[in-house]
Amino acid sequence: MGNRKTISRRSLLTGSAIAAGLALVRTATGQWVNALVPEKIPLDPTKQLGAPQGKMGTRSTFEKLEKIPSDTSSRTPLHLLQGTITPSDLHFERNHGGVPAIDPNQYRLLIHGMVDKPKVFTLEDLKRLPSFSRIAFLECSGNFRTGKEELTPQQICGLTSQSEWSGVLLSTLFREVGIRPGASWFLAEGSDAAVMTRSIPMEKALKDGILALGQNGEALRPEQGYPARLFLPGWEGNTSVKWIRRIEVSDQPFMTREETSRYTEKVNGKIRQFSFDMDARSIITFPTYPVSIEKGWIEIRGIAWSGRGKVIRVDISTDAGKKWQPAMLQEPVLDKAHAYFRYFWKWDGNSTEIASRVLDETGYLQPTIGQLINARGKDMGGYHLNPITFWQVKKDGRILLRPQNWK
Amino acid sequence: MKVFLFSLVTFIAVSCKDRADSYLHEGKAVSTAIPVFNVGNVSVDSFVNSWDLDIRPDGAGLPPGEATPLIGQPVFEQKCATCHGATGREGPMNVLVSTDTTATAVKGIGNYWPYATTLFDYIRRAMPYQSPGSLSNDEVYALTAWLLFQNKLINDTFKLNRISLPDIEMPARKNFIKDDRTGGPVIR
Ligand code: HEC
Repeated sequence: MGNRKTISRRSLLTGSAIAAGLALVRTATGQWVNALVPEKIPLDPTKQLGAPQGKMGTRSTFEKLEKIPSDTSSRTPLHLLQGTITPSDLHFERNHGGVPAIDPNQYRLLIHGMVDKPKVFTLEDLKRLPSFSRIAFLECSGNFRTGKEELTPQQICGLTSQSEWSGVLLSTLFREVGIRPGASWFLAEGSDAAVMTRSIPMEKALKDGILALGQNGEALRPEQGYPARLFLPGWEGNTSVKWIRRIEVSDQPFMTREETSRYTEKVNGKIRQFSFDMDARSIITFPTYPVSIEKGWIEIRGIAWSGRGKVIRVDISTDAGKKWQPAMLQEPVLDKAHAYFRYFWKWDGNSTEIASRVLDETGYLQPTIGQLINARGKDMGGYHLNPITFWQVKKDGRILLRPQNWK
Repeated sequence: MKVFLFSLVTFIAVSCKDRADSYLHEGKAVSTAIPVFNVGNVSVDSFVNSWDLDIRPDGAGLPPGEATPLIGQPVFEQKCATCHGATGREGPMNVLVSTDTTATAVKGIGNYWPYATTLFDYIRRAMPYQSPGSLSNDEVYALTAWLLFQNKLINDTFKLNRISLPDIEMPARKNFIKDDRTGGPVIR
């Protein structure tokens, strides 16, 4: 009711803006949305006064950017994005007990165990500590779908996103409590309904671990761990425990369910555990299903990344993997971050397959699914699958995934 | 003011050995010592008492209590079966009971879980899914016992408690290996 009043008062002042559908109202859940769907877009926007300045920006109503949610996760529309930063509202999600609502004034972080001074930090305490920011990707280790031709990059591997993460280095935070000699692991525990837990080697924390409070210039989104989460650059997403409330320092891993029953994978009859690093991967994001192409010049575009460091090179094949040519990389290429690549290709109208593969600074070249099967066995588990993705180009210009089935 | 400056300088000098960061300013490296800010509250007991839930593989953290498998059966039927099936094998959610060790067998506690302590820890913190944290310690012992029994890891008279639980042999443990991927040219 109150919202309606606001609209009608504003509409008196800025009738044309309302007609253009750019008025903002706040919903019961506190989100800003466009009050009206555009009734009529003026033929000539230079002949009509535009909408007034607002408290919040909006996405053009013509842009239909959406994640694809399932029971367990929600995927970033990689093929609809430009550049390498994921808009925060499109960052992928993988939650184990829903998104908790946390009052920042009630928030506390407990650090205890093998420390000199166990402590409880408020959010204000954490914000007083020396700050740190970096751009990096975050990817779920279960980020692979295949099995049919009509799949978009979002459906295949939309469980990777990139943000600028801000917060406090874990090395800074741990100096406030004093790590005892012999401490080699810590438990990170979330305050969600799953009370999500992972054991993390202290070495990673001290190298480049972050207690993140911010994402792309503002506080973390609730879906990404508001008000505080772990962020471990280059490591499988579930280790970057969201909504973190407790850190227990120890001399051994805790063997929680998320590092035994889940997030481990069968490899040649064994079960591989603590597979932290995300192997290098790339994906073409244009042209891919569902777009169609026409004969002539096409800029093949996409993203490439490695959990072990920088992308050195991305190769493109336009003949189903027989020959490979290097793509251009958009500078700056950052450590453990999505890099943007481009490649000019003149399509002659014949059917073929296009693909990308990445080389990272350790010398790791993105494998084919066949190489992964050779290395891990036919019964390999579903985590850490990063094969080269081939796209079939049909004579009529349709682009379809080449499904990769092996079971 | 002077006094303040002096103490700041000694403070930084003291903490210098802990960590120094450097950055570039007009082409020259500038070193800054990151001081210990001494923020945070040291009265932690109430938080530790209510939050320190975890159970380690050696059993550290297990509460008092005891149960045998058959005590757990009705609790499972009442609180878990709608999602995990009458015997823990039927779904629709995660299959909990699986003892088959062939390569393509469905993952379950019997053929995949390396530590029995994990089961107690996880049920207590996260199940039942729609009302986590609602089970008493005795119920958790009972459900853990029943699921271990269903997975043929203990017999039906086994008394599960803080002493006996960590010693249960889990056949899958021998299959666990540490990550051997290292980057570089070899695909693993
Ligand atoms: C409303 C449905 C529901 C009920 C009721 C429920 N669970 Fe679950 N359970 C789930 C879901 C969903 C998961 C997977 C959660 C995830 O992956 O994060 C799960 C996972 C588990 C797991 C781990 C399985 C694995 O493969 O790692 C165990 C053990 C478990 N439940 C035990 C129980 C017990 C014991 C009860 C009864 C006290 C119970 N559950 C009640 C839905 C349920």
